Amino acid sequence: MKKYFYVVGIGLQNNLQYRFNYLTRTLFSFIPLFAMLSLWRTIYGNDRGGEHGGFSQAQMIFYYLLVAVVDVLTAVNEDDWQIAADIREGNISQFLLKPVDYLWYRLSLFASGRIAFIAMAAVPLAGFIFCYRQYFLLPPDAPTFGLFLVSLVMTALLQFFISFGMAMLAFWLLEISTFIFILFAFEYLASGHLFPLDVLSPGVKHILFLTPFPYQLYFPIQIYMGKVSGAGLWQGLATQCLWVLAAYGFARFMWRRGLRKYAAFGG
Amino acid sequence: MNLKRYLSLYAVLWKNSVAREMSFKGNFLLWIVVELLWFGLQLCFVTVLYSQTAAIGTWTKWQMVLLVGASNFIQQLYQAFFLTNCTNLSELVRTGKMDFFLLLPVNTRFLVSLRVVDLGAFVNALFAACVMTYAALKLALHPTAAQFTGFAALCATGVMIHYSLMFILATICFWTVRAQGIVWGYYNLFNIARLPDEAFRGAFKAVFTFALPVLLVSNVPTRVLADKVTSPGVWLLLLGLGVVWAGISEWFWRISVRRYTSASS
Repeated sequence: MKKYFYVVGIGLQNNLQYRFNYLTRTLFSFIPLFAMLSLWRTIYGNDRGGEHGGFSQAQMIFYYLLVAVVDVLTAVNEDDWQIAADIREGNISQFLLKPVDYLWYRLSLFASGRIAFIAMAAVPLAGFIFCYRQYFLLPPDAPTFGLFLVSLVMTALLQFFISFGMAMLAFWLLEISTFIFILFAFEYLASGHLFPLDVLSPGVKHILFLTPFPYQLYFPIQIYMGKVSGAGLWQGLATQCLWVLAAYGFARFMWRRGLRKYAAFGG
Repeated sequence: MNLKRYLSLYAVLWKNSVAREMSFKGNFLLWIVVELLWFGLQLCFVTVLYSQTAAIGTWTKWQMVLLVGASNFIQQLYQAFFLTNCTNLSELVRTGKMDFFLLLPVNTRFLVSLRVVDLGAFVNALFAACVMTYAALKLALHPTAAQFTGFAALCATGVMIHYSLMFILATICFWTVRAQGIVWGYYNLFNIARLPDEAFRGAFKAVFTFALPVLLVSNVPTRVLADKVTSPGVWLLLLGLGVVWAGISEWFWRISVRRYTSASS
């Protein structure tokens, strides 16, 4: 276990080299976020005081702020590209010899990447949210906030394992970015990045909840906003947990199958 | 004749690009699918928005589909001619391959900007044109020849504005070397180019209309096509800003190239 803490430390140092990059990326991402908020404000302005998908204007604005926060905390950044590059260039050979498990190694790097990103994004993001402080809502109560944190960790794990599994395609294919972008398109829509899933018809929403995507972003936000409670909350957490385990299984399976195919180029 | 020489040079660059794309056919087709999927995603978003409201400002549903189509059309054309080249510039500087382009007896900016053609983007521009046609039919529009010409000219201006702005961002690599992240940041501006201008107010609108005119790039041509032009001021502004930004990017390019110090040679 201790060796992976070292990996986190080294990863942190490496990632902080790109702090300027992280900062500009965060600042740039405020432009479409702000645009989205203006768009919804215009829509709410049309029908003064109405609700959309059970969201008041304040809740809608707060939803997008939370998407930004959860995204900073859990999104996979460049891990999938790096993993694919490691495979293509034969860098993983060393892990077959060392007593370090590649999956845990990458997970440690993912964690350090998130910490570095949070460190850089926290100030501008807090500033942005401060401008919208009138819309900021607290979670219903402390236990709910606790469960939100639990769900958040599972969200991060789910994101990571799915990305890891996808990156394993590099064992078979030279170019995997197309596949990553195709999956990303589905994630973008079905995880609630573009709009809260509640504005969809109940049937469509129900179908989306049969996929892992809502658990990659939408579900923790639902918990925080108190939109899910009681039995539904526990059932959701259990489902999310199952998806994390399934994604872990998928990542391991792809890794094992990939190694059989591995030819250690350049290694 | 100088123009003829450049045209024949460009024809060779095209031939190279075709050869390159055809050596990875599967990948070529997959990229078209990826772009189509993201385009579909934007249309999905429009459908969802208009399931909640009848109009955004004065923009109705099919007018916004026309807008999203036009925005994608312009973006794909830009992508076809310039995107790969803009994102590659920092790599040329970092590795010192820029030496080679500076030594050739051809305008360096011409070579650096137009070297690679992304053919798949033309296919996607065609899809965008199909969506626009469908939206125009839904709106029962009957554009005149003048409207078509105006639309085409404004689209071309839009492509040039995207190119000028992104080329300025790419040129920053002469000063900081690692500019690739900055160039990708421009994608966020594409995101707002497809939204109706009337959704914005205040400083945000002013900045993205008068300084970085991305809110004009696809809104103005769409307005021309959909009989929504309120005053000729808007398209004069778009054309004017196109010229201004082209000038600024050329000036910035010239002072930046002077800083080139060639790596590893």
